[in-house]
Amino acid sequence: MQTKRTIFSNRALPIALIAPQLVITLIFFIWPALQAIRSSFEREDPFGLRTSFVWFQNYTRLFADPTYLSAFGRTLLFATAVTVLAMAFALVLAAAVSRVMRSANAYTTLLVWPYAVAPVVAGILWWFMFNPSIGILPYVLGQFGITWNHRTSGTDAMVLVVIAATWKQISYNFLFFLAGLQSIPNALSEAAAIDGAGPFKRFFTIVLPLLSPTTFFLLIINVNYAMFDTFGIIDGTTSGGPNQATNILVYKVYADGFLGLNIGSSAAQSVILMLIVIALVFVQFRFVERRVQY
Amino acid sequence: MAAIEIASVRKVYPGNVEAIKGIDLSIADGELVVLVGPSGCGKSTLLRMLAGLETISAGEVRIGDRVVNRLEPAERDIAMVFQNYALYPHMSVRGNLEYGLRNRRTPRDEIDRRVKEAARILEIEPYLERKPRQLSGGQRQRVAMGRAIVRKPRAFLFDEPLSNLDAKLRGQMRVEIKRLQRTLGTTSVYVTHDQLEAMTLADRLVVMNGGVIEQVGRPIAIFERPETVFVASFIGSPPMNFVPVSELGADAPGLPAGTDLVGIRPESLSLERPEGPALEFETIVELIEPVGGETHLHLRHTASGRTLIAQMRGRVVEAEGSPLRLWCSPRALHPFDTRTGRRTD
Repeated sequence: MQTKRTIFSNRALPIALIAPQLVITLIFFIWPALQAIRSSFEREDPFGLRTSFVWFQNYTRLFADPTYLSAFGRTLLFATAVTVLAMAFALVLAAAVSRVMRSANAYTTLLVWPYAVAPVVAGILWWFMFNPSIGILPYVLGQFGITWNHRTSGTDAMVLVVIAATWKQISYNFLFFLAGLQSIPNALSEAAAIDGAGPFKRFFTIVLPLLSPTTFFLLIINVNYAMFDTFGIIDGTTSGGPNQATNILVYKVYADGFLGLNIGSSAAQSVILMLIVIALVFVQFRFVERRVQY
Repeated sequence: MAAIEIASVRKVYPGNVEAIKGIDLSIADGELVVLVGPSGCGKSTLLRMLAGLETISAGEVRIGDRVVNRLEPAERDIAMVFQNYALYPHMSVRGNLEYGLRNRRTPRDEIDRRVKEAARILEIEPYLERKPRQLSGGQRQRVAMGRAIVRKPRAFLFDEPLSNLDAKLRGQMRVEIKRLQRTLGTTSVYVTHDQLEAMTLADRLVVMNGGVIEQVGRPIAIFERPETVFVASFIGSPPMNFVPVSELGADAPGLPAGTDLVGIRPESLSLERPEGPALEFETIVELIEPVGGETHLHLRHTASGRTLIAQMRGRVVEAEGSPLRLWCSPRALHPFDTRTGRRTD
């Protein structure tokens, strides 16, 4: 990619221009990250009076802890479910909207609204609708003979957080898929139609392969979202319960550190999450740089 | 291969916009018909209706012995070459050629045989494994043609296929398309706004304007005897001069009744007085355009103040701004009636 170089005659101006962003990054990202790395090697007493250096003990304990390992598996399940569902629904909606000529803008606006809802509010919204005592959905499900109680059933709770997290992410995916679909020339679909491909065949052999750069980008973004950005939703609906059933890694960092006051373990967990993010971003950049080839 | 029959076809878009206002046209088996007209005249819409990419609001289209009004594009057994080629960017050239055959469940060895043959005819064998973006404009054009011919369809539809090429390549591809069409003998409908393409390619030319057909005929016949003012002004380059009869002066010859406008082809104006009766034009030379073998003169008619264009063979050594007298034989006049827009003789 060709970038335009600007030549400054002195050094003060460019430094002044990037300084605000640098300061924010340093204070709110780099400093806490370094602090977390340091804390992850330490053990603190419950009153915060004494800390001692324990090398990798926090890490070795984590990987020997069955609750942590099961949280790992749970996170994988949760992230996969949210990513697949959010992308599949968004793709269907985007394909539908890109087919309608009239009021496509109205549909787009409406479909994007959920993205503007704060995660906690989204969580509470679904918590309310699925509330076993007063919610409308358990009542409806009850009519079909299905008992819903996410306070006692781990499966119900997981389904609830997956729905809440998915619902919020569909908007974002929808926008990108719609833009991707609109950038595919109509003539390609027409040529395929003349070449004897029906609507489904056209979608799978022409449209989907041409969407692959968008799909890949969204895949990374969605995994990132599901793993790290769903704290608010979990906290608003199930708070990780019942019996750890929805306690995913990012929520466990908070629960162990701020509720359990085990700062060392919590810090070690956040360092591991950090490494996962770094790995995901690395994969993304490697692929996006080369573009998904076609 | 098949004849195409278009009967009272109309296209009405929502909001009562009538793009095609009733068209009748018979295209014989193996014929190459060119639809030509200014943008917005409905020529592309008509082609897309033949392809099945636009619905037919009224009337009937037959390809061969079947009415195709309600058939899907795939069922009409036609192939189309698009303006921007519409090659599938994620497939190799071979993939592009095979796609239509695979969709029709053609046996593997038959696919290979046909792709090989098409690649040979179009001389794209060395590029079969490349992706479209690795090809030049002319090569992409050939692949687009190849995708059409491998299917051995009943008809080819061309939607301004050469307009994305540079002038030199366009001339080459024009000749190739014509040769290919002659060899294969497939019924073809070709849409263009380029009158040079239209004149040189067409077995029969269809001049369209405002959703109706203005004139149908052999290209030369249309050039020599345009039936309407529109056709006269659209076909021919440089365009025909139009002079109202009232400005012709006293020496106006006996024109058919109702004539109030005459058209004069630029090449009908000459520096020497022809034998017999002749119209005389006193002009001032405004601009001289030497185009190599011929020269175009932009002149101001002194009597009317109108701009006239004359086309002379060879080089002309008049100076810009100097007076010039031109002659025209009355036999070369095209008489029109502006109230009907039609020819009067």
